[in-house]
Order: sequence, then C-alpha cells, then structure tokens
Amino acid sequence: MSLDIEALRQEALDAVCATTSTSALEETRVQWLGKKGRLTAELKAIAQLSIEEKKAIGKSLNELKLALTDAIESRKDALKREEMSAQLAQDVVDISLPVVPETMGTLHPITRAMQELIAIFADFGFAVAEGPHVEEDFYNFTALNIPESHPARQMHDTFYVQGTDDQGNPKVLRTHTSPVQIRTMLNSQPPIRIIAPGSTFRCDSDMTHTPMFHQIEGLVIDKTSTFAHLKGLLRDVVEAFFGVENIPVRFRPSYFPFTEPSAEVDIGCKKTRDALLIGQGDDWLEILGCGMVHPNVLRHCNLDPEEWQGFAFGMGIERLAMLKYNIPDLRKFFESDIRWLQHYGTNPLASTNLAEGL
Amino acid sequence: MKFTLNWLKEHLDTQASLEDISTTLTSIGLEVEGIEDAGAALAAFTVAEIVEAKPHPDADKLQVCKVNSAAGELQIVCGAPNARAGIKVALAQVGATIPNGDFKIKKSKIRGVESCGMLCSAKELNLGDDHAGIMELAADAPIGAPIAEILGLGDPVIEIAITPNRGDCLGVYGIARDLAAAGLGVLRPLVYPTKDGQCVEYNTAAIPQTSERLYIDLMEETCKTFSGVLIHGVTNGPSPAWLRQRLEAIGLRSISTLVDITNYFTFAYGRPLHVYDADKVQGTITVRPAKEGEVLEALNDKTYTLQGGECVIADDAGILGLGGIVGGIPSSVTEETKNIILECAWFDPVAIAMTARAHQINTDAAYRFERTVDPAFVTIGIDMAAQMILALCGGVAMDSTHAGEPPIEEILIDYHAAHVNAQAGVEIDEARQVEILEALSFHAHGSKVQVPSWRSDCRIPADITEEVLRIYGYDNVPSRSLPKPERTPAPSLSSQQARIQQLKRLLATRGLHETCHYAFMSSTIAGQFAPIIDDLKLRNPISAELDLMRPTLLAHLMQAAGKNHARGASGIALFEVGGIYTERGQQTCIATLRSGQKAHAHWKSGKATYDWLDAKADLFSLLEAAGLDPQKVQISREAPEYYHPGQSAVVTLGPKNILGYFGTLHPLTCEALDVPTGMVACELLIDAVPLPKAKAPKALDVSDLQGVNRDFAFLYPRDHAAGDLLTAIRKADAMIVDAWLFDVYAGEHVAQDQVSLAIGIRLMPTEKTLTDAEIEAVSAKVIDAAEALGGKLR
Repeated sequence: MSLDIEALRQEALDAVCATTSTSALEETRVQWLGKKGRLTAELKAIAQLSIEEKKAIGKSLNELKLALTDAIESRKDALKREEMSAQLAQDVVDISLPVVPETMGTLHPITRAMQELIAIFADFGFAVAEGPHVEEDFYNFTALNIPESHPARQMHDTFYVQGTDDQGNPKVLRTHTSPVQIRTMLNSQPPIRIIAPGSTFRCDSDMTHTPMFHQIEGLVIDKTSTFAHLKGLLRDVVEAFFGVENIPVRFRPSYFPFTEPSAEVDIGCKKTRDALLIGQGDDWLEILGCGMVHPNVLRHCNLDPEEWQGFAFGMGIERLAMLKYNIPDLRKFFESDIRWLQHYGTNPLASTNLAEGL
Repeated sequence: MKFTLNWLKEHLDTQASLEDISTTLTSIGLEVEGIEDAGAALAAFTVAEIVEAKPHPDADKLQVCKVNSAAGELQIVCGAPNARAGIKVALAQVGATIPNGDFKIKKSKIRGVESCGMLCSAKELNLGDDHAGIMELAADAPIGAPIAEILGLGDPVIEIAITPNRGDCLGVYGIARDLAAAGLGVLRPLVYPTKDGQCVEYNTAAIPQTSERLYIDLMEETCKTFSGVLIHGVTNGPSPAWLRQRLEAIGLRSISTLVDITNYFTFAYGRPLHVYDADKVQGTITVRPAKEGEVLEALNDKTYTLQGGECVIADDAGILGLGGIVGGIPSSVTEETKNIILECAWFDPVAIAMTARAHQINTDAAYRFERTVDPAFVTIGIDMAAQMILALCGGVAMDSTHAGEPPIEEILIDYHAAHVNAQAGVEIDEARQVEILEALSFHAHGSKVQVPSWRSDCRIPADITEEVLRIYGYDNVPSRSLPKPERTPAPSLSSQQARIQQLKRLLATRGLHETCHYAFMSSTIAGQFAPIIDDLKLRNPISAELDLMRPTLLAHLMQAAGKNHARGASGIALFEVGGIYTERGQQTCIATLRSGQKAHAHWKSGKATYDWLDAKADLFSLLEAAGLDPQKVQISREAPEYYHPGQSAVVTLGPKNILGYFGTLHPLTCEALDVPTGMVACELLIDAVPLPKAKAPKALDVSDLQGVNRDFAFLYPRDHAAGDLLTAIRKADAMIVDAWLFDVYAGEHVAQDQVSLAIGIRLMPTEKTLTDAEIEAVSAKVIDAAEALGGKLR
C-alpha cells in the first residue's frame, strides 16, 4: 500500500478550514494530532516501514504535521477574533445615555474680581491686609482726618452699633477699608505697599446702593512715590484688569479728607443698548478715588510727613465686577438666586494668576 | 449746584463753547454731572404762521394748512382742531426728529394730499402733556426764530458736583472765578440784575447815608458777625419773568420778589441772606443761644423743638429763626409786607453742621454755611442785596448795622515750588506755579503764599500742591509705572488668606455655589442661633430685618435655599465664607448648606437626597484641605441646638478647640426661618484650624511586598460609635495601613441592641512577605481591640 500524502494533506487542511468555532477546531485537532489522531497513527506506522520508505514518508509526514499545526494555530486566532467580535456585538450600549451627574459649583463674582486684582497688585509687591468690620471711630474717621464736625461724615452714611470704644464713642461699621491702612501704618514701618480688600457698610439702599458692599483700597508709603506714580500704577492696574491696552484714563481733581491732592478716576467707555464697552467711545465712567496721603493722616500714624510720602486709592469691587463681567444689577449680588450664581459665578479652576493669565 | 450758561456769562467774559466750559469745569475739579440743553433738542423747530387752513377733501378731521415759514410757504396736513389761520405755531420741517417718540419727519401724502412737515403739540416736543392741539406761540414771535428762544429754553442748564471743600463754588460767581483762573475767560466785576433783568455793576456808594438804623444784640459766639438793614416801603409780589425763569431753570420755586432775591444771592454769590417782615418783629433783634424747649415754626413747614444752645435769631417775643439754617413763618415776608429787615451774617460752619444734623434740616443756606461762606463778603453782600431790593421792590434803605466782626484772617502757607514737584512727580517751573497761584488770587510772598478769604479749605502746603496741579491739569502730569520690587516679593496673601482661597475653590469644585450675604441680619432670627449680644446691635439699622451683626452664616444660607426652592429648584448646594460676630469678636467662618435632591433622578443611580453625611463630607474635606489630618479630630454629639440632636456633631481638636459643626438642621430652626426641613449644613471656624507647618515631605518609602486584605464582621453595641471601632482597629497594629467599614446591618439574626459591622483592613508588611501565622496574629489583635470596645466577632 502506498500512502497518498498529498491527499492526506488536502483532507487535513480542508478539515481545519471548515471549522467554524474554536471548539470544533479543537475536535479537528484531536482527530488529526491527538493521541489517536490520524496523522499521529500514520507517524506511528512509520516504524513498520523499510529504511528507504521511512526516509521518504517520514519526512513528508513530519512536514505535514508542522503545516497542520500552523494551520490550526492561525485558524484558532481567526476564530477567536470572530467569536470575540460576536460577543462584543452583544455588549453594545446606548452611548447617548447620560452619565451620573456631577455638578461643578462656582465662585462668586466678588471673589473672582478680588482674586484678579490681588494677582495684579501682587506683581507690584503689594501685600493683602485685613481688619475688623466693626471698627472704632478713631480708625474709621479721626485718624483719616475726618473730625466729628467734618461735612465729609455726612457723605458716609455711617452705621453705628450699640457697643462703644474705650472713649465711649459708639463703634461703627467701617464705611471704607481705609481703617486697615491706618492699622497698617501704626503697626509697621515704611516702605509700605498694601491692598485692603473687604466688605464695607453704608446706610444706603436703593437700586444702585446696597448697605454692604466691597472695596479694595491700596496704600503706598515711601520716600519717592509721587502723583505720577499713582497715575501710572492705576493705569497699569486698570489695563491689566480689563485686559484692554491703552484704556483712556482720566484723573479729575476731587476731594477726600484723607488725601491731598485728591482725584477721581474715570475710564473711557462706550454705552450701547445692551453692553458697556470698556476702552472705546467717548463716555466716561467713574471707577475709583485716590490721592496723595494727607499729612495729617501720616501724623496720626506717627509718620513724619517731611520724611514720608505716598498715595492711597480705593475702588468698589461690585462696580468693577459689573463692568468686567457685564452684570447689570447690583442688588442681585446678594440675593443668591442659583440661576444668577450659575450664570455670573466663575469656574473655580479658572486661573487667578498672571502666569496663566486672568 | 445748577446754573445756566447765560448766568455764568454774567460773571465770566468768555467766548468759550459750552463744550469747552464743560470740559474745563471737570478738569479743575468741578465735575459736570449733566447739561440740560433743551434748546439743542429743539434746534430743528422754528416759528411759523398758519396763513390758511381748509378742510381736507378726503378726511373729516384733517385740515390742509398753508404755512408761512423761514423756508417760504409750505403745505402741511394737520389734524389739530385748533389749527387756524393767523396763529403762530411750532414747525417741524422735513428731516426734523420729533423728541417724543423719536421719529423723523418725511415728505408724505396724507390721504392724497401732499404734506411737507408737521405742526407740533407741546407733548410731541416734550414740553408738557398737552396733546389736545398744536402749540400756539406768542403772536409777536418772529417767523423762523428757533422756538427754544421764544420759550426761554435757549439757555443750557449745567449741573456740577461740588466737593465739600469747595464752598467757594456754591455760587455762580465763584465758579466763574475758578474758570477764569483756568484761562477760560475774564472774571467780570460784581454785578446785580435790575428790574428788567439787565445787570448793573455794584457801586459801594449807591445807598445814601441815613440816620435810622437797626439795633442788633449779638450774644452768640458761633455767629461771628450779623449785619442787618431796614428797608421801608417795599412792594413785594410775584417776581419778574426773567427772575422766575432763572430760578425755575435751576430747580427752585419762585415765591415772591423778596424771597427770590435772597435765593438769587444764595446761588449767584453763595451768600445766603434772610428777609424779615419788620412789622412782625417785636423789639430788638437778638442773636443768642436757644433755650431748651423753644419752638420754631419753620419756613419748610416743619416745627422744631430746640434742644437749647442752638444759635437762634430772636426778638423780644421769641425766636425768629435758626441762624443760618431756616427762618420762621411768623416773621416771614408776604405780599402785604411793606417794611423789611435784611439779614446777612456769618455762622460757624461746625455749629451749623451740628445743629442742621441734630434737627435733620438741609437747606441751601445751611449747606453753604456748613461749607464756609466767604467772611469778606458779608458787608458787600448785604449792600449789594439791598441795592437789588431797591431796584426790584422800591423803598428806602436805612444804614446797615454790623454787629461783631467777620473772621477774616491773613493765612500764609509755606510754599516751595520744589515741594510741589516732589509730590507731583513732574517738573513745573516756579514761574508757572506762581502764575497759577496768582490767577487763583493766592499771592506769593517769597516762601509763603497768602490764601484768599474765600478759600477756607486751603491751610497746608499739600493744599497748594493741589491748587497748582488742578489748574496745571492732572492730565498733564505724566503716568509713571510704579517700580516693581527688585527681588521677587513675599507672597501677597498670608498663609491663612491663601488657605481660605483654596478652600473656596475646593467647595466650588465639590459642586457648591459661593454666595455673599449682608453681614447684618434680623435679631429675631439670630436668636434661633445664638444669644443676642446687645453691643452688636445696630443703632441705625436700615430695617428691622438687618439690625444685628450676624452670629452665624447659616440663617442667610437657609433663607437663600428656601427662596431657591420656592422658585422651583429641587436641589441646592451653597456656601459662604465670611465674618461672624460673637462675644469673641469677629471670626471667619466657612459654611455650607445643602438641601433637597442631589440631582434629578438618574436612570442608573436613582434619586438621592442630601443628608447629614454630605455635610460631614463637606466638613472633613475642608479639614483635610486645610492641612489637618482628619484622624486627629474628635467628634461628639454636642452641636448647637439649631442642629438635629440625633444627626449632628461638633468637631474638636483636643478637648477645647472647637473646629466646627455638621449635621441636619433642627426642624424647629427650619420652621422658624420658614424654610423646608431636612437641610444639612456644616460650619468651619477656620481661624481655629492650625496652619500646617511648611515643610518638604519625607522621602517616599514604598515596598514591593504583597499587601494583604482581611475582612471581619463584628456584633457591636448599637449605642457605641462605629468610628471608635474603626479608630481602634487602625491602631491595633503598625502594619494596618487602612481600615474601612463596608457594611452596617441590623435586623434578623442580630440582637435588638446590636448592629453587625463589616470591616476590611489592609496589612502592609515592611520587611518580608507575611506568613499565615503573622496574619493570624494581627487578626487576633484586631479582634482584641474590637472586644475591648464591646464588639464580638461574628
């Protein structure tokens, strides 16, 4: 009998190709290559052959075994892939299904505006100073060159509390953050560069005034800072805050008891029907008050005006926030309407430093 | 302070445009708040005459008018019933814009008849409410003249803000003086208007000497001088049209010629005056301190009971007025008045301010005295006013009487040009500085300048610096950037300030919205949270709802959440960082409040409502972010009473240092605030949390050895704290790096007074892989620790 190896090869490879699952393939493998498989049997039968036949048939059969093993392996990969695809096709989801909600909260626009201003002033080396809200008459008025009879006290619409200071004067809710400047000058030596952000109180409530509001004030005391520096600093700050270069800035003579000379500062803007555009147009908008620190204020803080000079300024945070973030109504700042907070509040991950940009 | 352009020009000889005047006013510190230029809005409207009015062929209510205008004869269709031949009317030609409604007139056909313009009603021109017909102008109005001129509206009204230091600019003359110094024209000599409104120059010798004069008894030191003059035989009555118009243009009401003249002086020269009906004054005029309880029936229709000590003007019968503030009705002038006493005095600004404030009176006179009137203008003022009265009301003036002395001082201030420049940061040469000062009537004498009598605000060198700079122009001072620090500066924020910013960001990333509320609240509501501290009550609250410095942040947060619920929000998460005010003073508090649904029901995770665990999570995430190891704090059930007694805790560090609270809010608290129950909150007293020490972390030491997890189930007394068990287990062996509670069960197979707690632990060997025996040893320690607390392995 002569073995038709070519026919055997064809039959074996056909059997492998015909399999449609990994389990059928395994059966086929056992049929051919298992202990009792056909090819295994043929290989065992070689032992009975003559040396010449052994050489010829043995080599062919071994080649066939290798080829069959390869064919089974590659068929196995293909079938596995097919089976997995079929399985994955079963696992299809509706990718439009909503995720479990995770809401991001917001920071209040007052916080945001303060953070931005602090970052800008930090670049000039200003430290942030704070002080009490319930303040003594001395720090809020007297030391700031506002004696009892001064008409300026009427501009302030002061809230008073029942409690009194050591002199028996009723304590006040600070009408500005300027008492922080006094406390700083009394407690540290020049040169001084501070800003004092915080809440302030005035007995006034209408569409454009709330009895509490926020200010950021600044103070520079040294031997060289001039009105020209005041102008330059405020121009730089306003440009950085609004992100607009060459904003028209106008300094107008004004009056504050604690500064002399004093100025109010306007920025150029354009009022359109639904927005206020900063830095263009020919309208002016008042944003802050400032001036050279009054010699009497320096004296109250034990600083010799012949030796030290400097300037101070103060601005309303709400007003700046309203301008920058286009917020129309002051009163809503304090009403905590969640829709307003979501709309005008800011992402807590937004940059608050100059490196990332404001 | 309001004035008209023509009024200004009576005192300032200038060719400057309204725009230049306005710009200069603002640049020298007299801020223009507004300009009402009625004439400008009406510039396109001129006088025309109807020469013919015929019915419209095709419409009953319309007429076709032929109108004689500056542009020739026009045909205009008009619907006004009063349109008729012969009347002078206000014509809007094609192209004009009607102020009321803002529409433009076009050439058109109305029912087939051509119409080239419009005849206007008062309402259409914003000149009144009359819309019944077209305006009929004076018969002698010249055709083509601007109607603004015919109606006396051609004079723009300028309103400026006067800062409290510039009492000298509370009169038109003072404003003119400042503008002249700024180079905008030349100040004219003192003038006053006569009967026809034409100004004449004031002449000191105009009033003849007489023998009769008033006797004044000046006994009050806050009235430095009191001048009076008797004028006999005056005729009082309605003011001439020009005076009425002028006062009305600046918002004053015309009362009678005599009163209007005093008001004229108040606004023209910043010089308040008063006139008394001499026949109603009994005996001697006395200036004296008020007696307690004296009553004044004042000209502002209010009655004042005096405290005693106020400066009053009195006669033998009683008080006539509050000096420098308000006069009284009984001695006031009327149309029947024949003989008057004219008063011109100088009152101490501080005394006026105190009295006006004590009685809450704000009059034009008090406003000016408070800001110091020119003491050198008293005698001129009374003399000039008397001349104007004679010109307008007739009569004979007696000699004036001057009691006391006006406080005219010679004020000299040190002046160095270099000092001005050192403050300003700009080189203004001395000659220019002196030129500015001289223009302002500050006379330089070597290293001193003399201050004019009307500038009581200038007393120190810094005031001189401001005078020089405001006329030199703030805009002409260069802007120089403030030099930045040479070295990188220390952080602007203190560690505590920076930490608070970080905690705000943490809470916002945790889904809470930051809010900001007033620092004061209702004491009634505050009583729910803390005992009321009387010292922190406001003496002058804006309303009873805001009468106490808040002892808590929660009330406002709860109310805000309640309002948002009422608007339909189902879930709310808010926080605030701010001051609270207690007997310990002002503290910074961070509070969160969550209420309602966490989110809308979700298809996979279902519906969840905020509960006390969310508040606890907020507080512990804050503590951790603040740099505190949460394992180091203690919690106990001693939260304040506004919390639910069973679902709240106080968190302390050591026995006494209270860090904060968390929990469900007490239903009664919610009820008192009228908000839904079930709200949860946390409060962190951030000042009480120690600042973490700034140090670099230790080198990382990790082991590649295999960690092992083990689970236990304990039966545990229900009234014991599971947290204590977890803490004890964590401490049972050094190899235990974590312990967690993964199930709490009570019910079947567990005794009533017990719960079953399933706890997992992780062991991490440091030197070699753990053997079974070693794991067993640790397990035994865990079980011992549990047993020590009353637990029993299940």
